[in-house]
Amino acid sequence: MIFEGTVHKYGRDVDTDVIIPARHLNTSDPQELASHAMEDIDAGFVERVQPGDIIVAHENFGCGSSREHAPVAIKHSGVSVVVAASFARIFYRNAINTGLPIVVCPEAAREAQAGDRLRVDLAAGTVENLTQGKTYDAEAFPPFMQELIDRGGLLPYVKAQLAEGSRS
Amino acid sequence: MGSTITEKILARAAGRAEVHAGDIIEAQVDLALANDITAPLAIAEFEKAGFTKVFDPARIALVPDHFAPNKDIKAAGQSKKMREFARKHEIVNYFEVGRVGIEHVLLPDMGLVAPGDVVVGADSHTCTYGAVAAFSTGMGSTDFAAAMAWGRVWLRVPESIKLVYSGRPQPWVTGKDLILHTIGLIGVDGALYQAMELAGEAIEGLSMDERFTMCNMAIEAGGKNGIVGFDEKTTQYLQSRPEGSRARTAGKVFASDPEAEYARVLEIDASAVPLTVSRPHLPSNAAAAADLADVTIDQVVIGSCTNGRLEDLRQAASILRGKKVHPDVRVIILPGTQEVCLDAIADGTMQALIEAGCAFSTPTCGACLGGHMGVLAEGERAVATTNRNFVGRMGHPGSEVYLASPYVAAASAVAGHIATPEAVGAGKGGSR
Repeated sequence: MIFEGTVHKYGRDVDTDVIIPARHLNTSDPQELASHAMEDIDAGFVERVQPGDIIVAHENFGCGSSREHAPVAIKHSGVSVVVAASFARIFYRNAINTGLPIVVCPEAAREAQAGDRLRVDLAAGTVENLTQGKTYDAEAFPPFMQELIDRGGLLPYVKAQLAEGSRS
Repeated sequence: MGSTITEKILARAAGRAEVHAGDIIEAQVDLALANDITAPLAIAEFEKAGFTKVFDPARIALVPDHFAPNKDIKAAGQSKKMREFARKHEIVNYFEVGRVGIEHVLLPDMGLVAPGDVVVGADSHTCTYGAVAAFSTGMGSTDFAAAMAWGRVWLRVPESIKLVYSGRPQPWVTGKDLILHTIGLIGVDGALYQAMELAGEAIEGLSMDERFTMCNMAIEAGGKNGIVGFDEKTTQYLQSRPEGSRARTAGKVFASDPEAEYARVLEIDASAVPLTVSRPHLPSNAAAAADLADVTIDQVVIGSCTNGRLEDLRQAASILRGKKVHPDVRVIILPGTQEVCLDAIADGTMQALIEAGCAFSTPTCGACLGGHMGVLAEGERAVATTNRNFVGRMGHPGSEVYLASPYVAAASAVAGHIATPEAVGAGKGGSR
């Protein structure tokens, strides 16, 4: 999959409370959650974001609460992929489980500026900064994670495991 | 090659002789939990995937503690979804308002966690149960949905970092100060993807309540789990759980081998750790409480899954007894469970706190995450014994949260600014 979009740039330790504040967690509706995405770190985000845009951040993106509402809000805001120097552990799992593409690429994350155009090729594992004319190699997913992604997420994987179990 | 306690527990749960850091395993789940915020998403995913039954209705806990008693109509709808699911699937450990407590205080107190267990929860502070020498970690709703259906979970076996606390903490210095200080040292991603093994004579000297507090905050350093070795105090705690409970009848005790491999070993002199406060807006912004006397405050919150146990309330009461909350400050107590409330009534703790001018909440996470029961306005500042001080955590993005122990929070409530117990004339003592 290839994504191309404009960069929204953030620093390190972007926590899930600023991605989707708890005051909006009285719903599970993706569109409603998306209407508050990034609200406490970037109040103008939902007005500015265009379909396909890319969030770029430094280390430890998505730290804090385990709320899966965070990747759901980002995904349904129109963001195509999140590129970061590193991800907090639970956010990383949640992103893969909810189908929000994420890419670990410290160099690209460091050098990208807000407003740059980025092209992310998940299969090739590359991040291209079209504005700056630079290409970076992203970190590959561990084989097991790649298998989960290829199967369409955790629940299809679990269904297959359960089906196998009941056959044997 | 030796193994850490975390590796040994995960090997047991994976049915393997041994596992080591970096291995991807499928582990059997002893308990899976979720709350009124995370369960509704999980239930939707569970049903969308076409699952029709849970792996074991006795090994799932559903806890309406975040926005319950329901804070608004939408929250009521979320709670209702969870309640109906619990009834349909005959979930044994569903706790209705009136019996419910804050999940990470309630579940171990109910005896649902035994040493050597693997516990996964759709709540980041699930790491709390490492205090009883169990492996426990937070996840999202889809992971919880999968665990409910499958009874298993995939895990990457974490590297461990060993934190060795030597010496005896100073008076008034608690487990909360030790963990805030530690997060200040290693940073909010200092233990990213890793197990935090807490050891040393200072940890041995801590009460169980303090060990829960320390393990609870492993996630604030990015940790996968926090864990303390099993000892006499663990036994005493487990044996005083309800008769017939898992804590009293099940479990397996593991200990790290002397030659176990650690990604890092950090020695911390506990006797040099000051009363510690984490300033906005990261738990790693640790400072000495004594240096923050110029920070005036509007609200104090004492309680939560981090510090809502009986000992925490007793510590607060020991400062506030016979004193009054500062006129410009409001104090909200978030007790962990109904049992904690009853104990606090029985020993006079609740009376001392109420007479000092504190408001008692029902057991709920509410104020900690800016949900209800104590939301901050723009420009307001709170001292809280909770676990996070991110932007907007307790309310308006223009509000501020300072994290502290119950002693410091109570002293600050009296002073109207951040204060140590000595500064408000508390007598000698502290927990040691």
